[in-house]
Amino acid sequence: MRFTPNTDAVVQEMLESLGLQHIEELFEDIPDEVKMDRPLDLPPEMSEIELKSLLTALAARNVPAADHPCFLGAGAYDSYIPAALEQLLLRSEFYTSYTPYQPEISQGILQGIFEYQTMICQLTEMDVSNASLYDGATALAEACTLAAVHTRKKLVVVPETVHPEYKQVLETYALSGHFEPVFVPCPNGIMDLNAVSDLAKNQAAALVVQHPNFFGHLEPVGAAADLIHEAGGLLIMAVDPLSLAILKPPGAWGADIAVGEGQPLGNPLSFGGPYLGFMAVTRPLMRKIPGRIVGQTTDLEDRRGFVLTLQAREQHIRREKAGSNICSNQALNALAAAIYLTLMGPRGLKQIALRCHQLAVYAQKRLEEAGFPLLYNQPFFREFAVKTPDAGSINRRLQEQGIIGGLEIEGGMLLAFTEKRSRQDIDRLVAAFKGE
Amino acid sequence: MSMLIFEKSRRASNKMNIPPAEVEPVDVTKTIGEEYLRNGELPLPDVNEVEAVRHYTALSKRAYGVDDGFYPLGSCTMKYNPKIDEWAARLPGLAGLHPYQPLETVQGALQIMYETGQWLCEITGMDEFSLQPAAGAHGEMTGVMMIKAYHKKRGDEGRNTVLVPDSAHGTNPATANVVGYKVVEVKSDERGLVDLQDLESKLGPHIAGLMLTNPNTLGLFEENILEISRLVHESGGLLYYDGANLNAIMGMARPGDMGFDIVHVNLHKTFGTPHGGGGPGSGPVGVKQHLTELLPVPRVIPQGDQFILDYNYPDSIGKVKQFYGNFGVIVKAYTYIRALGGEGLKEASQQAVLNANYVKHHLSDEYYIPFDRLCKHEFVATAKHQMDSNKVSALDIAKSLLDYGYHPPTIYFPLIVREALMIEPPETESRERLDDFVAAMKEIAKAARENPELVKGAPHHTVVRRLDEVKAARTPVVRWEESQDA
Amino acid sequence: MKVPTDLLYTNEHEWLKVEGDRAILGITDFAQEHLGDIVFVELPELDAQVANGEAVAVVESVKAVASVYTPVSGKVMEINESLEDSPELLNQEPYEQFIAIIEMDDPSEVEELMTPEEYEQFCREQEQELG
Repeated sequence: MRFTPNTDAVVQEMLESLGLQHIEELFEDIPDEVKMDRPLDLPPEMSEIELKSLLTALAARNVPAADHPCFLGAGAYDSYIPAALEQLLLRSEFYTSYTPYQPEISQGILQGIFEYQTMICQLTEMDVSNASLYDGATALAEACTLAAVHTRKKLVVVPETVHPEYKQVLETYALSGHFEPVFVPCPNGIMDLNAVSDLAKNQAAALVVQHPNFFGHLEPVGAAADLIHEAGGLLIMAVDPLSLAILKPPGAWGADIAVGEGQPLGNPLSFGGPYLGFMAVTRPLMRKIPGRIVGQTTDLEDRRGFVLTLQAREQHIRREKAGSNICSNQALNALAAAIYLTLMGPRGLKQIALRCHQLAVYAQKRLEEAGFPLLYNQPFFREFAVKTPDAGSINRRLQEQGIIGGLEIEGGMLLAFTEKRSRQDIDRLVAAFKGE
Repeated sequence: MSMLIFEKSRRASNKMNIPPAEVEPVDVTKTIGEEYLRNGELPLPDVNEVEAVRHYTALSKRAYGVDDGFYPLGSCTMKYNPKIDEWAARLPGLAGLHPYQPLETVQGALQIMYETGQWLCEITGMDEFSLQPAAGAHGEMTGVMMIKAYHKKRGDEGRNTVLVPDSAHGTNPATANVVGYKVVEVKSDERGLVDLQDLESKLGPHIAGLMLTNPNTLGLFEENILEISRLVHESGGLLYYDGANLNAIMGMARPGDMGFDIVHVNLHKTFGTPHGGGGPGSGPVGVKQHLTELLPVPRVIPQGDQFILDYNYPDSIGKVKQFYGNFGVIVKAYTYIRALGGEGLKEASQQAVLNANYVKHHLSDEYYIPFDRLCKHEFVATAKHQMDSNKVSALDIAKSLLDYGYHPPTIYFPLIVREALMIEPPETESRERLDDFVAAMKEIAKAARENPELVKGAPHHTVVRRLDEVKAARTPVVRWEESQDA
Repeated sequence: MKVPTDLLYTNEHEWLKVEGDRAILGITDFAQEHLGDIVFVELPELDAQVANGEAVAVVESVKAVASVYTPVSGKVMEINESLEDSPELLNQEPYEQFIAIIEMDDPSEVEELMTPEEYEQFCREQEQELG
């Protein structure tokens, strides 16, 4: 399949208008020693019919969790994606457009992002949101950098109840030397306040609290906030956006920076990406937040309009002084989240959150009755781990029935509950645990 | 004037039907606890589905995509986004996969990732690729982190600086700073290429590497690339390739053959995945053999007749992102590469270069072209004539193009050229389109001569006129608030 | 372009007015003109100890950002807080609106600065380079 529109005759005419005969003449500036002397060794081109066959076959080699009862969570959730959202995202003005650097013809994109920013602020109760970052983990890394720059300190205290991949990404980002994460073991499934407190007093730039944490449990956020603020550091909260429909949001806890993974808001599982990192901060941090920001203004005729603003923070202006190098973000995923939130509305989102929680509570009770207690006895939102030495064989049993079980972790299995699950799914899950 | 969704909010009567959970109701004050609960109602907008769909449909009509028209943005490669790619990424068997599913249930996905990595190696002349970075800048960060890890592993701790050309894209020096390096600029010579003498004088035992784009941001091929590579390597540094301009050379030359140690590619540029209004992109990073141990984990490798995710690389820099990369974007690039094949990719580059030279040739009588010789897939024109005669700037010309229904080229970049207009007409544009664009540019040049005030006041026919960016930056309003006046 | 004759200048386009052991620091007309409309000024902290050559403030416009470097070491005694609410004052009155006042540790450091004539020449050369 080719998408080049000119015929050979037209190509020839174009060459001749330049005083050339052969297209290779346009590459005379490439030294011979560097030019390829053979064709690219790639599979031959395909027609659309053949491509469809190929991709269909590749897709058929997979078992899509989204089409089966799925209890896997751990940072990616099988949420329901409304049909209207799928259709709206197919509009090519949204997905084939570029970054809105020319605001006069991009008002639709800019307004969409402005609305997204507002919704993130509404969910998190923070003052300023950016237009998105790559995902929850990189948003957290950017938050740590921001905290280090703002406080002029480097130490960032991170309880080991955060997602293990968050930990890995922080370790990699710390290679820059801009911040130093210190990880605190938390044997009880929630933050060990004493251990955290000792470290924080040591000139910490920030304390990271994932809430709910990797194991699905609620952290002692109030105490954590007091502790880090007294030590002169910032509170960074990493949150599940769906949980904010019923849980107290970061702003109300006094967080300075709120980040998280926005995938559950209308973005497909997609084998891990593209997802959606969000970041929102308090007003004093506005001029330091990384990423693009859309602002409201007026035009020559005093009409309301939107533009990318505060660009002097960004890479294309600050260059070697920039705190972040982010250029392309996850704009379309952010738009998807905004459309999702609009379609659900405040009451719909709350209903979804409650449904997830209710299903989780039911499952936990039934599993406990079946002899599988919580790994950590703590309150949870829509995810928790149960004790079992046998997670592998339970999952195999489930797979035979067309069910995707939870994540095998040390000592047990981490189970997540989305609005797509049913009582029946859970009953079959419990049966599989019991060996039936 | 366009209303915000919040301004349309009413207590809506029809809502998403969420079926009630068929289990016992729960008292959250007991299961969660008062102190953890949200106070008050969620302030999100409340509209019914019809209004929601109308709202976003209206927004889409105030946007402009490649499907609407020509987008000659230099360094962005705004080529057509094939719809077969979009179809593929939405297949439930690809879009519905959880990243932590058992490996035997995602073999098709792993195959796509593995093969894409192999083909990117072939296209760029590198030995191994990681598809983990989520964007070009993210790929740059990954690559420069590997440079840092490489020198550290060799015990060479004194290399604290990275060189970038003065024509470099802003992400290059920003990346170096983000990874903890100092940045020194290398001058361009009077031909617009890296000044070899300046480069040599700046190399030394404190230089970790040089970041280059080739062709560079002026659209010119760095003819001395082999000499540059020799100089950098002799001084102990590494050579990094910013793949933003790869569309100029596919099938004709490969960065791996030019001496580059690390490359990143932009799937959303060269490989036709859509820009989405600013993202998501994907910035895979490829390396030569001596750096493969440092690549992020996990790596997709074949084991017998299966693919696995291998984390066993103790020297790896770790993870730059959660999970494996922007898989949904990778599927689109995979489909694109299979659609075109090697011959098709080569033709794409050849046609892109033809288009750029064609437009340059036809614009050169009205617009000053500082480096008016054979260019690659993009070139830089300027508003010099227009500025000198009537103080009409590159910005004014760009805004006038909006009235003609075009997205303007990149303006004021690269920084080393005043009043720059960086023009990249991708290979998916027909000659008729190019001729129309040239005609529009000539009309604007004429207007700049005869009626400069008209050009300076552009755009006149868009939904908003020029916006007050100073006000937006001085008194930022970055969210809607209930008490706000419209 | 204005170049007052009672000030000293740096090659980063700052001006300095010396009053005893106090140095008053600002940016020049050349600087504000090339930056364009200034939208934000990040002032130094009061009582901060600063070193010769250190970036003490940041000036942002819509299209650019510039660090303001102090040519003298010392302690920041005063900052011009009106720039926080009205950064455009730097465009309007670059020489009347100081950024910071520094109590100098070593007043002889001012000997390195340019005279008004030397600065004017310097600006002419910079203009030529920019083409």
